[in-house]
Amino acid sequence: MSDVIRFILDGQIQAVHNVDPELTLLNFLRTHWRRTGTKEGCAEGDCGACTIVIGEMRRGAVHYRAINACILFLPMLDGKELMTVESLRGRDGWLHPVQQALVDHHASQCGFCTPGIVMSLYAHYLNRGPVDVATLNDVLAGNLCRCTGYRPIVAAAQVMYDYPSPSGGLGDTETQTLLASIQRTSMLALVHECTRSGVMKKFFAPRTLDELSEAIGAHDDAVILAGGTDVGLWVTKQHRMLKTVISVGDVKDFDLWVDTDSTIEIGAGMRYGQAMARLGSYYPDMGALIRRIGSVQIRNSGTIGGNIANGSPIGDMMPVLIASGAILVLRKRNKTREMPLEDYFISYGKQDRQPGEFVEKIILPKPCAHQVFWAHKISKRFDQDISAVCGAFNFTIEKGHVKAARICYGGMAATPKRARACEDSLMGKLWSYAVVQDAMRALEKDYQPLSDMRASESYRMTVAKNLLYKCFLADTKNEEPLDILELAVESHG
Amino acid sequence: MDSRPGKGMRVHQALRHDSALKHVSGEALYVDDLPAPSDMLHIYIAMSPHAHARILEMDLDAVRVVTGVAAVVSAGDIPGQNDVSPVAGDDPLFAEGEVYYAGQSLFAVAAESLEIARAAALEAKVQYEILTPLITIDQARQAGSYIEDSQTMACGDAAAALKNAPRRLKGRMIIGGQDHFYLEGQVALALPQEDGDMVIHSSTQHPSEVQHCVARVLGLASHSVTVEVRRMGGGFGGKETQPALMAAAAALVVRKTGRPAKLCLDRDDDMKLTGKRHDFEINYHVGFDETGRIEGIDLALASRCGYSEDLSSAINDRAMFHVDNAYFLGQATITSHRYKTHTVSNTAFRGFGGPQGMMGIERVMDEIAMALGKDPLDIRKVNLYGKAPRNITPYHQHVEDNVAPELITQLEAHARYRERRAEIKDFNRASPFLKKGLALTPVKFGISFTKTHLNQAGALIHIYADGSVHLNHGGTEMGQGLLIKVAQIIAEEFAIDLGCVKITATTTGKVPNTSATAASAGTDLNGMAALNAAQEIKGRLIAFAAKHYHCAREHISFSDNHVTIGNRVIAFADLVNQAYLARVSLSSTGFYKTPEIHYDRATHRGRPFYYFSYGAAVSEVVIDTLTGENKVLRVDILHDVGRSLNPAIDRGQIEGGFVQGMGWLTTEELYFDDGGHLLTHAPSTYKIPACSDRPVEFNIEIWEKGSNLKETIHRSKAVGEPPLMLAISVFSALGDAVASVAGHKFMPRLDAPATPERILTAVEETRRRAGVGKS
Ligand SMILES: Cc1cc2nc3c(=O)[nH]c(=O)nc-3n(C[C@@H](O)[C@@H](O)[C@H](O)COP(=O)(O)OP(=O)(O)OC[C@H]3O[C@@H](n4cnc5c(N)ncnc54)[C@H](O)[C@@H]3O)c2cc1C
Ligand code: FES
Ligand code: FES
Repeated sequence: MSDVIRFILDGQIQAVHNVDPELTLLNFLRTHWRRTGTKEGCAEGDCGACTIVIGEMRRGAVHYRAINACILFLPMLDGKELMTVESLRGRDGWLHPVQQALVDHHASQCGFCTPGIVMSLYAHYLNRGPVDVATLNDVLAGNLCRCTGYRPIVAAAQVMYDYPSPSGGLGDTETQTLLASIQRTSMLALVHECTRSGVMKKFFAPRTLDELSEAIGAHDDAVILAGGTDVGLWVTKQHRMLKTVISVGDVKDFDLWVDTDSTIEIGAGMRYGQAMARLGSYYPDMGALIRRIGSVQIRNSGTIGGNIANGSPIGDMMPVLIASGAILVLRKRNKTREMPLEDYFISYGKQDRQPGEFVEKIILPKPCAHQVFWAHKISKRFDQDISAVCGAFNFTIEKGHVKAARICYGGMAATPKRARACEDSLMGKLWSYAVVQDAMRALEKDYQPLSDMRASESYRMTVAKNLLYKCFLADTKNEEPLDILELAVESHG
Repeated sequence: MDSRPGKGMRVHQALRHDSALKHVSGEALYVDDLPAPSDMLHIYIAMSPHAHARILEMDLDAVRVVTGVAAVVSAGDIPGQNDVSPVAGDDPLFAEGEVYYAGQSLFAVAAESLEIARAAALEAKVQYEILTPLITIDQARQAGSYIEDSQTMACGDAAAALKNAPRRLKGRMIIGGQDHFYLEGQVALALPQEDGDMVIHSSTQHPSEVQHCVARVLGLASHSVTVEVRRMGGGFGGKETQPALMAAAAALVVRKTGRPAKLCLDRDDDMKLTGKRHDFEINYHVGFDETGRIEGIDLALASRCGYSEDLSSAINDRAMFHVDNAYFLGQATITSHRYKTHTVSNTAFRGFGGPQGMMGIERVMDEIAMALGKDPLDIRKVNLYGKAPRNITPYHQHVEDNVAPELITQLEAHARYRERRAEIKDFNRASPFLKKGLALTPVKFGISFTKTHLNQAGALIHIYADGSVHLNHGGTEMGQGLLIKVAQIIAEEFAIDLGCVKITATTTGKVPNTSATAASAGTDLNGMAALNAAQEIKGRLIAFAAKHYHCAREHISFSDNHVTIGNRVIAFADLVNQAYLARVSLSSTGFYKTPEIHYDRATHRGRPFYYFSYGAAVSEVVIDTLTGENKVLRVDILHDVGRSLNPAIDRGQIEGGFVQGMGWLTTEELYFDDGGHLLTHAPSTYKIPACSDRPVEFNIEIWEKGSNLKETIHRSKAVGEPPLMLAISVFSALGDAVASVAGHKFMPRLDAPATPERILTAVEETRRRAGVGKS
């Protein structure tokens, strides 16, 4: 078994031996290497102070992603390139354009958020992303700043391409060569004896689907790790110890996208960031909803399969996928089974997954004619917040009548749950205000929501009803404005 | 855009923050980034799970024996006093006998790693007898639980004025608290010295208080403790009194083990353990005439102070001082009840009670407007302070520098307030589901600590023989740009390049007995103290030059890194060197105390403020009446900073403060359960504004005509806190949008923070009262 993790930093291959596989990259950087530019503001992926950039080979080119180092386990870096804020200064000591633009726009006050902001913008710079305001709001949604009010940060980002290109650093081909030299052909397998408890911690990162199913079959008590945007928090917030971890991140083609005539198949390992535009091209509201899941950093790590497997009643993918009619494919060794996604969620915290089984893929139908698909999430803060309620609606309207209805809400019950009574009240009826009013009332039969810090029971119920109404309005009205975001753009000119 | 500190650029220049390059490169060091000594211990604080309970037994033996644990300290280990409070002596470092809030510190574990310390703490066996907690203001009111006597401030006979007023109305508003959410959490690093002395690196706005507290806890004289702070990753008032606890715990561990120790709270612990902005309940009864002019008002403020006094006394006083905002209240009675509850002890937060008081009177303005069917701006205007006798505040200070009317008129025109009011009316008429709202609100904020003795500052300047200047003062840097501003003042005074002035870490070893960097007064006080020191040395240089070159003093002047002595011009550095050789002292302290101010707290009369800072903002919002979601579409701000010392820094304070104020009034919700547990204790549940929450269009103007009537440093004005309160315009505009669903016939009952839920609830209630359906 190998016990070494290899990655590239500042043009050098780094080999790290014998570390606790649950050590986060942030703690590693700050305490083991005293690279303290990367900060901790929350240790839960919400503030962005720990943002770093990861480069990896994908289909012949190096792709860069901004990631939260606070919830990334060190072994997940194996085979990749790491860049921290300290990596940015050119060989001649000059600042990178992103940094210089921030300085010139007075975009730091206390400076604690600044390294993370630099890294989010740096990733965007490397990807030559657009710098319109809407895009930048999105790029920065996962970087909280308590001092500046953000305007100067956005202003700086808008002109970052106007500065002379930076010098120094590795060329693209050099990086590719180095990256190629540290790729593995077989599974990464780490064993680490915890000095304190004597526990043997194991970490496996298989390369192929077969290796993966074999590993999961062999260690049916293992924690399956995808992006770690849930699992990471078990360690950093709940202080749980994970004995055996099987990481799916390096499994080839686990993030597959297969387009058939009538369906889309999505590998469980597909990250939000990869799925957003593609799903959005079929279901615009699904794309828009994914854009509101976490932040760029979270979407660069988090996977759709992880969201489903985690089974949270407030996970945002379930309502849209269930409303669309998605099928879940589970696999155990060589056996697979399929079920409608809604059947997977049995009760709070309990899903229909057997030991040794894992989520392999999701199959969803493509939209068809006469279909109305609408989804929206309600949260205290618009960006980067967890849903109080998330509603997804899928209607087939023919000749003014509801021919088919699939409605699913998150945040309204102990699991993501279809609104059957509401659906029934609509079926076959005229797609009209009066019918929708009845259907809104029918939701009271479907759900008895809870009160918590995100919303009260009564707000949840009221807003759930109103989301259905909004869906109806969005389909039938075209005069009156319905979306506050459209006004936001408009008034900005 | 060139903001490099070049030649000839000193005061009134838009210079970049002195640490800007270090911020973007990750080189700026915060306490947790300092190189750790290899034998350093990590400290974890164990916290009470209960809001109110008697500790029957606390058995920590099992904690002590965990491998890797070096020390466990609790109340019994304290050699001095078990108290880290700023004033009242009622904040124990570790609980003793009883716990008074969920999150209160019980004991500390110091271990080789934080993980070990945290895990070991779980081994403690603590037995409690659970007692009934008082969590809400209501519960405390019923139990008669106060931190101090209720206070009353009166001007004239409010009851009679109310009785005689042509119109009257009553109302009530609840205003939530706010967590500081400084990005850098509370942290202290304590290093052992010889003689049992202690050096502490603390992320604090108040190094002197940390020093004094640590000395008190350890039973040492203050001269044995040195506290240093180079910079904080944000403070906002949250690092005024709170850091004493972290520092004292770390120092105690050092005392016990002889090893360096660091205490760095993680976000959840920080949010549970440390104080926040006070939540308030405001009841008002106001009498007014048909023009909306207030004739008499009775305002009752109630706040949740938490389990101890902390700074609640002064904070609630400041709330009282600001319930007038920019308005003459006529005959007014203002009472203030300070409730003691079993929740974390609330503390200073940017504005220090002022925002809550101001929010109250702005609500009254909106109510009056609604009652009279007038534009709220007109009501605000008729109530502004004016000429005598309409210039007396409820605390009997005369408003002498009132620029609010002029500011408002200018902003009203620039922001096209009236035109937009009409446009919004049209928009709302045609839009059944989305509604817009608009509001202009002013800010008048009193500058000075209201505890008069705090208005003093010290500085220390050395000039080395090569002409380079070492600058130090009692003010601390938390991002607000204090250090660069004071450096500009010194560069200006000597007429040397900014680069010649070295900014150094604040330390109690150089300037003693400092006040907190707070009350927006950092630059006013420390700038003046530093200037005083510079002038002292400059005076000596001039005296030396006059004698040495046989030249009259009036013919000696400093400009552009040179000194002109009669018709001779020599480099500043050369003069300094000559002075050194002639045995002239090139080091001086400086001191400043704010003149003119005085206050009698027994009668609530006096002149607590040296001057006022002013500003005004127009906010336009849109709400979704089906979901309560909302968006700030446009904000126009005109703000008076006097003669700005550094417009770039000041602008940053204005816009950053505004957005922070928006967060307080919109998305930031402190949610306590019935047992007094804070459930929103991390950014996953506690939502400060994110990038897209800033106003879509954001126009900020520093008032060109601004100048301080008083002789403040270069006639500038304090800017740290006042802009936060400009965000009341957002709240007011949200209320305006809600009221539009019933044609502005009813004042919606909208409390802060105006989350989507509260907005939707207010919309539905307003509709119900008006008998209008969902359209
Ligand atoms: C800051 C932040 C913001 C967030 N915002 C949102 C949001 O707005 N909306 C939302 O819905 N969610 C949000 N989340 C949670 C969301 O990111 C996760 O639910 C994510 O989808 C999980 O995917 P992952 O790849 O990170 O899974 P992991 O964390 O790696 O795993 C999650 C769970 O799924 C299991 N698992 C993963 N892959 C498989 C598989 N193939 N087969 C079987 N089990 C598997 C794991 O064992 C674990 O139980 C947020 C998280 C953070 C930290
Ligand atoms: S530390 Fe806050 S996102 Fe990582
Ligand atoms: S500059 Fe202080 S948090 Fe952003």
